[in-house]
Amino acid sequence: MTTETLIWLIPLPPVLAFFLIVLFTNKNKALSHTLAVGAAFLSWLGSMIVFVRALGVEHLGEHPFESSLNWLPTGDTWFRIGVLVDPLSAAVLFFVAWTVLMIFIYSVGYHNYGQPEGDQDVKGLPPRGAIVNAHGHKHAVPSVEPMYSRFFAFIGLFAFGMYVLVLSDNLLTLFVGWEIMGLCSYLLIGFWYAKKSARDAAVKAFMTTRVGDVFMLLGIAWLYSYTGTLNFREIFQPELLERMGNAMAFPELAMRWPALFPFISSFSIAGAIALLLFVGTVGKSAQFPLHVWLPDAMEGPTPVSAMIHAATMVSAGVYAVVRMFPLLEADVTGTSMAVVAFIGAFTAIFAATIAVAQNDIKRVLAYSTISQLGFMIAALGIGAYVAAVFHLITHAFFKALLFLGSGSVIHGMEHGVLHTGNHHVDAQDMFNMGGLRRKMPITFWTFLIGGFALSGFPLITAGFWSKDEILAEAFGHGHWWVFITLAVAAFLTAFYTMRQITLTFLGEPRTKEAEHAQETPWTMTVPLVILAFFAVAYGWIGVPTGFPVLGGLLPNWLHEFVGGTLAEHPEALAFNWIPLGTSLFVALGGLYFGWLTYRNVNSPAEDRLQIPLLKNKYYFDEIYDRLFVKPAYWFAETFVYKWMDQGLIDSILHLFGPLTDKIGSFIRKYIDLLILNDAGDGSYKATWWFGRNLRGVQTGRIQQYLMFALAIFMLVGAALYFYFRYFRLVA
Amino acid sequence: MNFIDTHLLSLTLFLPSIAAIFMLLLPNGNDKLTRWFAFGVSLIPFLLSLVMWSRFDPGQPGFQFEESYVWYEAIGSSLHLGVDGLSLTMVLLTTLLTPLAILASFSITDRVKPYMMLFLLLETGMLGVFMALDLLIFFVFWEVGLVPMYFLINQWGSANRNYASLKFLIYTMGGSLGLLLAIQMLGVLFGTYDLLTLYQRWNSLVPGSLLLGLPVQTVKTIAFWAFAIAFTIKVPVWPFHTWLPDAHTEAPTAGSMILAGVLLKLGAYGFLRLILPLYPFEARVFAGALALLATAAIVFGAFGAYAQTDFKRLVAYSSVNHMGFVVLGIAAAGLAAGTADANIALNGAILQMFNHGLSAAGMFFLVGVIYERTHTRNLNEFGGLFPLVPVYGGILIFTSMASLGLPGLNGFISEFLVVRGAFPILTVYTAISMLGLLFTGAYILKGITKVLHGPLNEHWAHGEHKLTEISTREILVMAPLMALILWNGIWPAWILNVINKAVVMLF
Amino acid sequence: MNFPFLSVITFTPLVAALLILLLPAQRKNEARAVALGAAVIALLLSFCVYFNYDQAAGGYQFIEKYNWLPALGISLYFGVDGMSTPLVLLTGVVMFTGVLISWGDDDKRVMAGIQDRPREFFAFLFILAWGVFGVFVSLDLFMLFFFYEIAVFPMYLLIAIWGWVVTREYAAMKLTLYLFLGSVISLVGVLIMYWVQYQNTGVLSFDMLEMEKAGFSQTFQNIWFLPVFLGFAVLGGIWPFHNWSPDGHVAAPTAVSMFHAGVLMKLGAFAALRVGIMLLPQGAVTWKWLIMFFAAVAVVYGAYIAFVQTDFKYMVGFSSVSHMGLVMLGFSTLNREGLLGSGLQMFSHGVMTALFFAVVGMIYDRAHTRQIPELGGMNKVMSFAAIGFIIGGLVSMGMPGFSGFVAEFPIFLGVWREQWLVAVISSISIVITAAYIMRNIRQVFFSDLPEKLDGHLTDVTVLDKVAITTLCLFMILIGLFPGFMVPMVETGVENILRLLGGT
Repeated sequence: MTTETLIWLIPLPPVLAFFLIVLFTNKNKALSHTLAVGAAFLSWLGSMIVFVRALGVEHLGEHPFESSLNWLPTGDTWFRIGVLVDPLSAAVLFFVAWTVLMIFIYSVGYHNYGQPEGDQDVKGLPPRGAIVNAHGHKHAVPSVEPMYSRFFAFIGLFAFGMYVLVLSDNLLTLFVGWEIMGLCSYLLIGFWYAKKSARDAAVKAFMTTRVGDVFMLLGIAWLYSYTGTLNFREIFQPELLERMGNAMAFPELAMRWPALFPFISSFSIAGAIALLLFVGTVGKSAQFPLHVWLPDAMEGPTPVSAMIHAATMVSAGVYAVVRMFPLLEADVTGTSMAVVAFIGAFTAIFAATIAVAQNDIKRVLAYSTISQLGFMIAALGIGAYVAAVFHLITHAFFKALLFLGSGSVIHGMEHGVLHTGNHHVDAQDMFNMGGLRRKMPITFWTFLIGGFALSGFPLITAGFWSKDEILAEAFGHGHWWVFITLAVAAFLTAFYTMRQITLTFLGEPRTKEAEHAQETPWTMTVPLVILAFFAVAYGWIGVPTGFPVLGGLLPNWLHEFVGGTLAEHPEALAFNWIPLGTSLFVALGGLYFGWLTYRNVNSPAEDRLQIPLLKNKYYFDEIYDRLFVKPAYWFAETFVYKWMDQGLIDSILHLFGPLTDKIGSFIRKYIDLLILNDAGDGSYKATWWFGRNLRGVQTGRIQQYLMFALAIFMLVGAALYFYFRYFRLVA
Repeated sequence: MNFIDTHLLSLTLFLPSIAAIFMLLLPNGNDKLTRWFAFGVSLIPFLLSLVMWSRFDPGQPGFQFEESYVWYEAIGSSLHLGVDGLSLTMVLLTTLLTPLAILASFSITDRVKPYMMLFLLLETGMLGVFMALDLLIFFVFWEVGLVPMYFLINQWGSANRNYASLKFLIYTMGGSLGLLLAIQMLGVLFGTYDLLTLYQRWNSLVPGSLLLGLPVQTVKTIAFWAFAIAFTIKVPVWPFHTWLPDAHTEAPTAGSMILAGVLLKLGAYGFLRLILPLYPFEARVFAGALALLATAAIVFGAFGAYAQTDFKRLVAYSSVNHMGFVVLGIAAAGLAAGTADANIALNGAILQMFNHGLSAAGMFFLVGVIYERTHTRNLNEFGGLFPLVPVYGGILIFTSMASLGLPGLNGFISEFLVVRGAFPILTVYTAISMLGLLFTGAYILKGITKVLHGPLNEHWAHGEHKLTEISTREILVMAPLMALILWNGIWPAWILNVINKAVVMLF
Repeated sequence: MNFPFLSVITFTPLVAALLILLLPAQRKNEARAVALGAAVIALLLSFCVYFNYDQAAGGYQFIEKYNWLPALGISLYFGVDGMSTPLVLLTGVVMFTGVLISWGDDDKRVMAGIQDRPREFFAFLFILAWGVFGVFVSLDLFMLFFFYEIAVFPMYLLIAIWGWVVTREYAAMKLTLYLFLGSVISLVGVLIMYWVQYQNTGVLSFDMLEMEKAGFSQTFQNIWFLPVFLGFAVLGGIWPFHNWSPDGHVAAPTAVSMFHAGVLMKLGAFAALRVGIMLLPQGAVTWKWLIMFFAAVAVVYGAYIAFVQTDFKYMVGFSSVSHMGLVMLGFSTLNREGLLGSGLQMFSHGVMTALFFAVVGMIYDRAHTRQIPELGGMNKVMSFAAIGFIIGGLVSMGMPGFSGFVAEFPIFLGVWREQWLVAVISSISIVITAAYIMRNIRQVFFSDLPEKLDGHLTDVTVLDKVAITTLCLFMILIGLFPGFMVPMVETGVENILRLLGGT
């Protein structure tokens, strides 16, 4: 089978699984998850084959695997869609395939496959556990998810969306995958739709990301109508890029009020379009100011959190920017790059500060995700293409690992909760945990690896290499502010990661539930181990050549490979101690301070960083509610519907009826009856009188009738006489 | 067979009404027979239009399957029928939706026979408009379609039906008054109503000359607006849209299906068939105004929908929102006729007509399904129904997503094409309309969340009110729609190709 | 064509009337039977005339001429052209249906049709019909006038004796008065035309064809067109002399209203056309602006008033004013489309309004009220009548697919040619008509049945259904296939246009 055919086939298994589960097997749990996992495996297999074959190709950047076919007729031309595997998509495909497969397997365990059905479980709520009667005495065990099959159907569709996005050779199908994932995130965040929090989170996620999508679509439309194509490789022809880079985006604006919009009017078309597309990413990758949805999205089942916040959706956002990087770069003014860099850096530190004050194990990770994505965006903003991709991949691995790990922790805690039966204990609050390292060793060690990778523990973890490269680039290209900001953010990252590890695993159990926590089944731990491997090993393929000692041992393969995507390959930076020292310091320092601060903190009260401003995420939700949500309601319900439609327009329409009525009755009363009718009646009365008095007595009708006849003929005679007396000359 | 070949259009057109007359002979009270008869009969035009579709040659310019019969010689009007890619698409939509609507109304038990008869007559009315190549015939069917719909709403509608039906009828008739007068004027000027002739002669009038004592330009402008108003009301474009929520809300389920599915398209079709070819100049001059109204329709339509607590009203407003895109595309095409952008915009607009026909009909039917069971349309009285009716829930989400314009389903393609085509021509309006898309999302989610999600309203959970799952018949109604929704989203070329060719040749 | 169709048609009603009068008073059913027989004969014969009229040849056909008073040049001179043939058919139809719906029968709880002295009623009705036929077929001016008076005279008695007790005296008197004043004026005109014709040609003759040929001087026409035209047009219910007609309708018994609105008003319009326009064409050209003004006012005015009526019969009555206004509007254009439209509208409106009054009568006979607000839910008991009325309503609101549209459209075309502003203004009436028709249909037939009527209502009789069906068939037939009547009327129009000097 040719590689192109194979690429076409990769996305199909999950979507087929989706339809099969929805239409046929949704009653049968085993069959459903077999289908889903099997599909994920097939896609993984295909991806691996494609990846390997991609490695074999010289200069994959110049001649990637691609094939396309006619899709939409547009006038005399066709809009073509197709698949494209160049180094970038190959690299991304690799981690997507792995994480997706792992998450699928993990979900089987997470949703308690094989456990009995809970008697008071209902669809739309997390399973509450079941009572089983094993050897003599009753005890509580986890119960299987009531909507087990549906979950696998949804993540199947989700995986489909991601594969479409990664493999497509044009923006439109990329957007298709993008939106399909949007739908799935909506469905999965709101998976337990009976929980109000879940419901709201789902709608919030969908709407917030849609804000971005709308602008992105606008950008797509603009790009399409300007270049006449949406195919990446056609857009990225140098001369076209140059033209777009130099053309003014808003010439008339710049001409009329240059002073008024110095910022906007300075955009080149390339920059404007790139920024519109970037807004889409801001939504999808939860960058400031559209970050609000991501933490709430933790309402979904944990595999979903891993899926959305590590492996697929948020990575998709970054991937899109990486994809369109040449366009971004083409903007001669550089404004757009600056904007991207600023958003990224700001988000990185802004989210990190919030993460410090969170107590929910998943929310900490959520904010760390936002912050890490900020790193990548910032990297792109300063032109560190390869570094961004590098961090994107490593982050995907260790963040998936961390989420699945936290899921495993929560699962263990829930086990404890079931044991004690005290359902008021929040199984996700880190202050309820502690000392879990002994209860769940595998989870602990894998989580530790993930955490260290996140905080960039030197040399062995992948996170170190990627983050270090970003810092190096920032420093090397003299973006001081970005460098400093990211460094601080990195420090915070290490800090809150260690805080999390300390609170969760170290020390002594703080609750009974923690004491009775249990290690999770192999379906969950095996994925942890595999991901842990990548969290460590993936870094070694990206070791800068100039790096002391290690530099020569391994070639900086990633740089060569991914760098090959771009028309002109980015050259590797000369080595410099300052960034290295910084990253060493922030990583180790952060970890150390984190441990120092939290090793014997036992309750939120003792936590000095529980600052309201941070805990409440700088009150963004409240502000947005005031600024956008409530006004939207008012505008829709009161202004548009009540005032405009019902008030204004309809009342104008309702005028016509009464108006016609008024006119009608006026005519009838004052013209018809008053003038015309009474005139008639007058003469009628006269004749009546005439008729009576001529004969004195009122006789039968016939007589009366003849009376008229007589009168009339007299009239006629008179008239004729009169006429011929005077007017005969006329004839 | 040969007869069928030569009379394909007239057969398709008149079979339903002939069948309707024939139904008078059916025994009274045997509702089952009546229903199945109506359904079976309504399938024939569908099959015929499939034959049409298969025999239709997209590449060939002009109209195909043309037929012409003497109708009103004295004033030079003849029953001249013919279809091109544009009208064929609409014919297909009509003949597809009518059987589904009839199938959907099997639950009607009150005066089944007249109900079904009205539906078949309605089909003739709608098809006539799409097939007519004679201005007067166009108008005849345009008006004839009103009557059955009026009685369907007025007789089988819900609480506020009298107001709604009268508003619908008078508004539309009042709107088409200008159309009537303009048509009369054209008739007086040229002594013929044959569209093809009118296209040339009307456009070849010397600009400077006088017409009825007025300069040609003035007359044309007035006539343009006379046409445009009639069509904007039918589409409906803001601010002429307020009849629609009432009519839809009160109409019986199948009625709203047809109303949203086909009747609204008549207006848009009028724009494409009459206004663009007859008034190229005015269309260019007033495209801005039209685009403004379209944008208003998109934005306010979305907001209006968001404001509703009545499920059916919500869907009704969504029609305003979606048809706005059709008009936006038309406006763009009017402004830059003949350019590639214009063609793309028109492709989008026409495809959107077809797609909206599918998804809107589906949505109204689904609202009807739940209304039949709960006898309420108030969103606040639903909630958490998903576990009770998983299948229905799945179908509802699917259809809603189509109407939301989710990529991969039909709505996205057409709306994207419109946006793409209109963007370079009417940049600002297009940009604003995109914000409308944002709120499309908002109201669709509101609908889904209120009905399926949320805490279960125990009222429907058990006892006499226990909500029953969607029935096989109802699924059968939805199946073709869903299949087409999906197929149009994945592979729109099968229909878009026909549309595209027609557009390229027409404009 | 040696069979004297026209004279047979014309005198059948008279004979029938005499026969009926000869019958003893209590033999009600025989009287009805005779009436029906005569009606059927007349109808069939008028069908024969209609279908045997040679449209290709055009002009006056089925011509018969019998001297009557040679000394004064008066003769029974019959003949029909494309204009009058449809009207003859119309009269046949209305007469037939009129007899059917006023059949009545004595052993029913519901007092439908005519119970009281049907003998005299039918006799008078047929004398009326006799006059009507006569007017439509006469080519002799004197005879035309004679029949005209014959047609008007029984109206008085029919209303005054069988009418609605409350207003019949008043209405009958008012009607007679208006019509007679009208006819007096036109009579004066007619006699003068006769005299002047004698002076010009030296022959004493009421022969209209001669008059057409000879023609009159411009000044003469200018002076005498208005009196003659308006004099007749009063019976056509032309504004501002329309007031007798709604009152007359309301007071008249059902069958009479049918005749009155269905045929009699056409009589006026037709006479106005035949004598006014065809004999004094130049005058018509001079005065058409005034006629157009009157007509246009009538169209809108009638619609508006009908909109506010709560009395069902008044509503229909004023709608007739509005629709006859359209006929006059068509006349006033004096061009092909306009006249064609008028010819069709005369037939279409005749059938439609006859149907209206028939149904209104049926409802009144059962509910004993004509107040629209007091009515309701009639569809439940008399759905057949409901359907009939709906079809009539669609015709009257000019819904395409029915005769109304086929007739009104050319009228508007004609007006566009003359004065487009008038077309625009008078087209308002279409919407208003639609509004009140639909509103009243809904109220009367589909709203809830009032308790006090509940149970007292019975469905319409078979005869009623036959009548309704007959009328509806014509409206739909012409609506779908204008070819049924349009060419016929066209030949008549050609004739007129020739007189007008070929516009």
